[in-house]
Amino acid sequence: MAKRNNTWANIDWVIILLFLLLVFMGWLNIYAAVYNDEFQSILDTSQRYGKQLIWIGAAFILAFIILLIDTSFYVFFSYILYGVLVLLLITVLFVGKEINGARSWFTIGGFGFQPSEFMKFATALVLARYMSVFGFKIHKLKSLATIAAIIFTPVLFILLQNDTGSALVYFSFVLVLYREGLSGIVLFFGTLIAVLFIMALITPGITLYLVLLGVALLIFLILNTKLIQFARIFAAYLISIILFFLLNLVTETEYGLANVLIAGSLLGSVVILLVSLQKRLKNYAVISLVFLGSVLFTLTVDYGFENLLESHHQARINELLGIESDPLGAGYNVNQSKIAIGSGGSWGKGYLKGTQTKFNFVPEQSTDFIFCTVGEEWGFAGTSVVIVLFLILLMRLIWLAERQRSGFSRIYGYSVAVILFFHFMVNIGMTIGLMPVIGIPLPFFSYGGSSLWSFTILLFIFIRLDASRFDQF
Amino acid sequence: MNVLSKRKFVVLAIFAFVGVIFIISLFRLQVLDSTYKQYATNNVLRLVTQYPARGLVFDRNGKLLVYNKTAYDLLITPREVSKFDTTLFCNLLNISKEDLETGISKATKYSRYKPSILIKQISPERFAVLKEQLYKFQGFHTQSRTLREYSSTAAAHALGYVGEVSGSDIQKDGYYKSGDYIGISGIEKTYEKQLRGVKGVKKNLVDVYNRVQGSYRNGEEDIPARIGKNITSTIDLDLQLYAEQLFQNKRGSVVAIEPLTGEVLAIVSAPTYDPGLLVGRVRGKNYSELLADTLKPLFNRSLLAKYPPGSTFKPLNVLIGLQEQAIQLYTKFTCSGQGSRPIRCTHDHITPTNVVQAIRESCNAFLWNTFRSILNNSKTSAEGFNVWYNYVKSFGIGQNVSSDFSNGLKGDLPTEEYYNNIYGKGHWNALTVRSLSIGQGELGVTPLQMANYGSILANRGFYFEPHIIKKIEGDFISQSFKIKNEVQINQEYFKPVIEGMSQTVHQTNLVYTSKIPDIEMCGKTGTVENNQGSDHSVFVAFAPRENPEIAIFVYVENGVWGSRYAAPMASLMVEKYLTDSISSNRKYIEKRMIDANVLNPIQPK
Ligand SMILES: [Zn+2]
Repeated sequence: MAKRNNTWANIDWVIILLFLLLVFMGWLNIYAAVYNDEFQSILDTSQRYGKQLIWIGAAFILAFIILLIDTSFYVFFSYILYGVLVLLLITVLFVGKEINGARSWFTIGGFGFQPSEFMKFATALVLARYMSVFGFKIHKLKSLATIAAIIFTPVLFILLQNDTGSALVYFSFVLVLYREGLSGIVLFFGTLIAVLFIMALITPGITLYLVLLGVALLIFLILNTKLIQFARIFAAYLISIILFFLLNLVTETEYGLANVLIAGSLLGSVVILLVSLQKRLKNYAVISLVFLGSVLFTLTVDYGFENLLESHHQARINELLGIESDPLGAGYNVNQSKIAIGSGGSWGKGYLKGTQTKFNFVPEQSTDFIFCTVGEEWGFAGTSVVIVLFLILLMRLIWLAERQRSGFSRIYGYSVAVILFFHFMVNIGMTIGLMPVIGIPLPFFSYGGSSLWSFTILLFIFIRLDASRFDQF
Repeated sequence: MNVLSKRKFVVLAIFAFVGVIFIISLFRLQVLDSTYKQYATNNVLRLVTQYPARGLVFDRNGKLLVYNKTAYDLLITPREVSKFDTTLFCNLLNISKEDLETGISKATKYSRYKPSILIKQISPERFAVLKEQLYKFQGFHTQSRTLREYSSTAAAHALGYVGEVSGSDIQKDGYYKSGDYIGISGIEKTYEKQLRGVKGVKKNLVDVYNRVQGSYRNGEEDIPARIGKNITSTIDLDLQLYAEQLFQNKRGSVVAIEPLTGEVLAIVSAPTYDPGLLVGRVRGKNYSELLADTLKPLFNRSLLAKYPPGSTFKPLNVLIGLQEQAIQLYTKFTCSGQGSRPIRCTHDHITPTNVVQAIRESCNAFLWNTFRSILNNSKTSAEGFNVWYNYVKSFGIGQNVSSDFSNGLKGDLPTEEYYNNIYGKGHWNALTVRSLSIGQGELGVTPLQMANYGSILANRGFYFEPHIIKKIEGDFISQSFKIKNEVQINQEYFKPVIEGMSQTVHQTNLVYTSKIPDIEMCGKTGTVENNQGSDHSVFVAFAPRENPEIAIFVYVENGVWGSRYAAPMASLMVEKYLTDSISSNRKYIEKRMIDANVLNPIQPK
């Protein structure tokens, strides 16, 4: 093959095109978010769009350099890079500058540098290096312990910096581990617990139980071909709920509809569990057990949060989860953000014509809430294009990762995809009120040199690895 | 192909799932739901905290004690402020330009886009004028707050007061935000959670001229404020006012309790202050003035003044002696008056005395002999002392008798260890600690504890936790108020003691000042030694003798003898409470008590 050793010919230009598109669109929106009549020169470096332009230029140079470096460099220096960055994470705890309550920035001559941003690619490299060793078995205790150490060392120091958002990103590695053989049950229960925990804290009262009950019934329905079986299950729930409802009436205690429903569905599940154990219907037993567990877990979280914790502890947890406490009541930012996005309508108000996103309505306008500007000025057309672009990027990354010959490149490729995915999911989810307000940037879009550079490095190392996929190492 | 590579489909499915969810949500938000578009047209969402009215406080007969009046805060959102007529603004609010500038810069420093309070507690009159002109000032808006108002000047200490939260309050309880109010003492503090209600949030849309255009999403996201719960106190306002009137120009305290329930009917710490002084913008200034006052009006003597009970303690020692069989009903001890040893008696009286006579004459010799017998009744003095100690403890001495008064003192009840430390183990006996026999020495009690002791005597052996709350609207009062606390003394032994207390009122000089027509009051006077001036006058009593309705303790600083002020004042309060009036032949006593000025620490003997 003629192309074997030609890096430039093997580069995946589709990814690079997507990268350029996202960076360009990001900058347009930062300009719009900061734009006002007094400052109009795009090169004005006192303004954020001017600074971002410098950082974009620097990012391109960085990308070019990465493509020039031999792939073996990344393999051999992965541990050293990781070590240096962990040291920087520790150093920043002592000499760093506090911004928004997080001590995670070095400032050198007016420019900020956030080591936790760069920690991501170093962690991905080390993980790829460790897991691609010949004979690696993921389910060995030693492997799991080492992987946990690799992932949680940076998490620990980032948490100490009080930057929980960045720390949560590392949980996305569970998808990489899953691809590399981690049992699907771990993924399922891990996801279930995380989702239930967040939902228990952000959705009020009864909604979550209704959703859980609905999902449980749906799975029963799908799993079962005989309608009569399903009717029996449905009846079990209905009768239990009615039973509690009547009990409520008779004893004249005001337990409320929510508690009646919860108690009823719990009883129903227990009945189904017992009957299915007796009749050896394994599937039913498992579903009702998972449902029971989920409800009890949610109740525990709810109860623990409301009753066992003092309110300043509650505030602390909210803060840790990044759910901002707001002196004026719940959801101020999210409401402003939703108004901004919703007001864009189908086609948007037009570039630079947004009104809601101009005046610092939402505090981190050009960083964490940049998606609001897209929503307001470009409408549904704009937001869906951005989402589709991200999805194409993510899916292409998976596709590229799967075509690698070396485990190292594949694992690293997956890591890139899941890190970008986590940022994408949390950031956009937050702006439309589907996620708690956790302040992490939207890759390539959000204002900020550290995050842009770190995502560029993350991505281009993989592009470089992919370009050398025919090499042996 | 590796079997694991099939897992890429799961990963891809997760990506796609999130993407689809996002697109559906955005489609709903941007295309289907047109309300957001409406809100965004020149409208700004403003969240207004809805402050609930604080719960009202009533007396036991349903008379209003504490209610609310409205005041307004002016808030500023610095980002929304545009040029305005500062002279007009300052005139409207009666503030100086410097105040305005510092206020605005402080608010801007806090946050440019979040509202903060610029001026607090604007009166309704000033607000009415301001409201008309407010449209001229962009970035300013008002919110209403409630301030406390009092129907009378009574019961300032018991009711307590409300003030702005401190930094540590906010730390402790995330409910509070800077500028909120919180109960700082008394009922306001103890029942803060019930009284405060729950704040709400109203989401308003305002246009660029700062005019409210309506509520966001028809108010469906508003959280209405829940008003505070009303509280009925056990205080009897008439009795409380009467007690405070009697206590003018005096220092001291009164606590009156309904024995069968433990409900506090009146609780006075004199001198007191007008609770209205600690409300609103003048609070800070008035508070420091009250704090600087040498008569210490802020000091709550009913809960915090601590002194030896003196002769009022004697009935308790006699009860212990009888229960322990250290003395019998027929036991008599001789008394040589001033010549008695080891404790002198105050005066000459018939001798020898039995239990009833000893209490009537407050005979120190009898009490010393009783106390010695109690301590010598066991193998060692220390063991005997511990027997005595446990009885005294069960009367609530040296204990927290009430959970309803959060800042009360426990008082002092010395332990065996205490004396071991001073004299050495085995090196002390009844003689060493003899002053305990007449209620002096290391004992320290508060007026609340002494009134509770009066309740125990009235009930012949039990008490309910003294408390000041009768009912909370839509809530329960503490279960501990309903627990019957029994002391380990047989009911029969109270009979001679109470007979002695009745004779104290009816067969000594007290009969001229403290006997109430048609009501048999039983009481015991006391004199508390005071090294810094005249002795203090104390009196514990209950009435009527059968089925008592009130137990009372009165303490007048520098009142010299129990019989001089404390007993007559107690008799007047009891009469007022039981008959609603003072009989005409006792009016002169009432006048003498009201007119008496005992603020000078040196009183003639
Ligand atoms: Zn005597």
